[in-house]
Amino acid sequence: MLSKTFMNKDFIEIRWHGRGGQGAITAAKIVAEAAFISGYSGVVMAPTFGTERRGAPVMTSLKISRHKIYDLSAIETPDIIVVFDHLLLDEADVTHGLKPGGIIILNTPKAFETYSLNGYILATADITAISVEAGLPHGIINTGIIGSLAKATNFLKFDMLIKGIEEEFRTRNPEKNSLAARIAYERTVTGG
Amino acid sequence: MHIIENGNVAAALGVMLCRVNVIAAYPITPQTPLTEKLSEYVESGEMKAEYIPVESEHSALAVCIAASSAGGRSFTATSANGLLYMHEQVQWAAGARLPIVMCVVNRAVGAPWNVWNDQQDSISQRDTGWIQIYCADHQQIIDSIIKAYWLAEKVSIPIMVCYDGYILSHTYMPFDVPDQKKVDDFLPPFNPDYALNPHEPANLNTVTLPDVRLDVRGELAHGYMEIRYLLHEEMRKSLTVAAEAEKRFVDIFGRGGDPYIEPYLCDDAEYVAVGLGSLTYQLRVCVDTLRKEGIKAGVMGIRFYRPFPDIALANALKGKKGVIVFEKALSYGYEGALVSDLKSALYEHLAGTGTLPVVQNIIAGIGGRKIRTEDLTQNLRTAIKGQVTYEPVWIGLEI
Repeated sequence: MLSKTFMNKDFIEIRWHGRGGQGAITAAKIVAEAAFISGYSGVVMAPTFGTERRGAPVMTSLKISRHKIYDLSAIETPDIIVVFDHLLLDEADVTHGLKPGGIIILNTPKAFETYSLNGYILATADITAISVEAGLPHGIINTGIIGSLAKATNFLKFDMLIKGIEEEFRTRNPEKNSLAARIAYERTVTGG
Repeated sequence: MHIIENGNVAAALGVMLCRVNVIAAYPITPQTPLTEKLSEYVESGEMKAEYIPVESEHSALAVCIAASSAGGRSFTATSANGLLYMHEQVQWAAGARLPIVMCVVNRAVGAPWNVWNDQQDSISQRDTGWIQIYCADHQQIIDSIIKAYWLAEKVSIPIMVCYDGYILSHTYMPFDVPDQKKVDDFLPPFNPDYALNPHEPANLNTVTLPDVRLDVRGELAHGYMEIRYLLHEEMRKSLTVAAEAEKRFVDIFGRGGDPYIEPYLCDDAEYVAVGLGSLTYQLRVCVDTLRKEGIKAGVMGIRFYRPFPDIALANALKGKKGVIVFEKALSYGYEGALVSDLKSALYEHLAGTGTLPVVQNIIAGIGGRKIRTEDLTQNLRTAIKGQVTYEPVWIGLEI
């Protein structure tokens, strides 16, 4: 059901919310490259400008289109938001502008049922724990969360994303990173 | 090969492909990742060049001036106050007719301190005798650097390749990285007529008298004014050489077109938005919206700001009802520098012909102020439908 959401999407806007140092830019870049290879000739990824600090809330915009993108301005009304840390829900207005029926990908240790959906589609997984289980150092979650994104959407093939992860991390535990994404894919709970 | 990277990496790859011999730079946001990338290329041996770390931007360009005088292809990059700090050497490089290429990663100038994008830094260097090229996306960044070396070395004039800080420098998008072989075909090794040689010492650019005089060989040498006249004259002529560069580039790489201006839906347009850099691509989206409303609008991106492509612009804007000039900089005390230049070109070529468009100036994005596409569209719509204002309109000003 859920995966049908993006069957015919020609223009997708994803906003990534993480903390400085969590690797949100790398995650967005992996998705951007998979999208480009999959035939989306327009991909534009714009990180927060000038205010990045380790641990502070940061944001990255990713626009994916069938055509070249001329508008590089920040995303105002995302289709999807990816939240690296559930505590950001209280710290920043992460759902700002999210389209009605939009998707929230959330890394949280809490149960799916804990959250009220407000008309959005929610996908949750404890990526922090899953990543450790996959053999990654504690706190490395930017590859695992791609598994949740793949589970909740279907505009990109999961295999393509796994390939992208292994390529990006070819010198830094490629198998553990892709395993984190695979486990996350299996364990992600979605609903809306 | 297409890759997805940020604008600073596009610039660094362009510099590497041009087989630059000497790089000297001092880091400043948002240029820093460009110089970091280049130092990595040199450190890893991927790029065979001297990377000279310096203590200031003034020294960075001084090193490039020395390297270029000795026959080396040299590169530097900076932003904002870094560019202002090297200003004395910027003038020198042009007067000395050295084909240095410098990236200016456009950023607001202090005071007050601000690291975000506008174009006051490079616009403030308009009158230094450098060619200025403005880029709207990463493909234009990498391609412009390659074209810039060819052109600079052909006309012996330094070139600034300018691109918007953060908006392009830190944003990732796909672009094609040209083959080294093709770049080598396009850009032969730098072979200047004269290069410093320790075995034949010479003085360069020493005190030059107001009047012409005989030199040490007994030949009539230019005075200062002749030397400066030639800089101007040859800069004007470089427009023609730029067209040749563009043609060669299209032949070899299969992309490009007009070297001076980049029109979008301008042919049948009654109103044309004009600007420099990435803003002109954002304006395309606004124009698409206005077209759906039945407003015949177009966008004209200016690639070359100096030398100013006055004839090309006047021809392209002839007979339009209105021209709306968007700028991220201004000449304080009057209006945007570009709108003044443009009005001068239109007056020069169109006055008295009944084809002179009405011109409106809009200032946007100063110091990184967010330019929402919706606001941009609304301001363009208002400028088209409303009265022209004597003073520039500022988008998003809250005062």
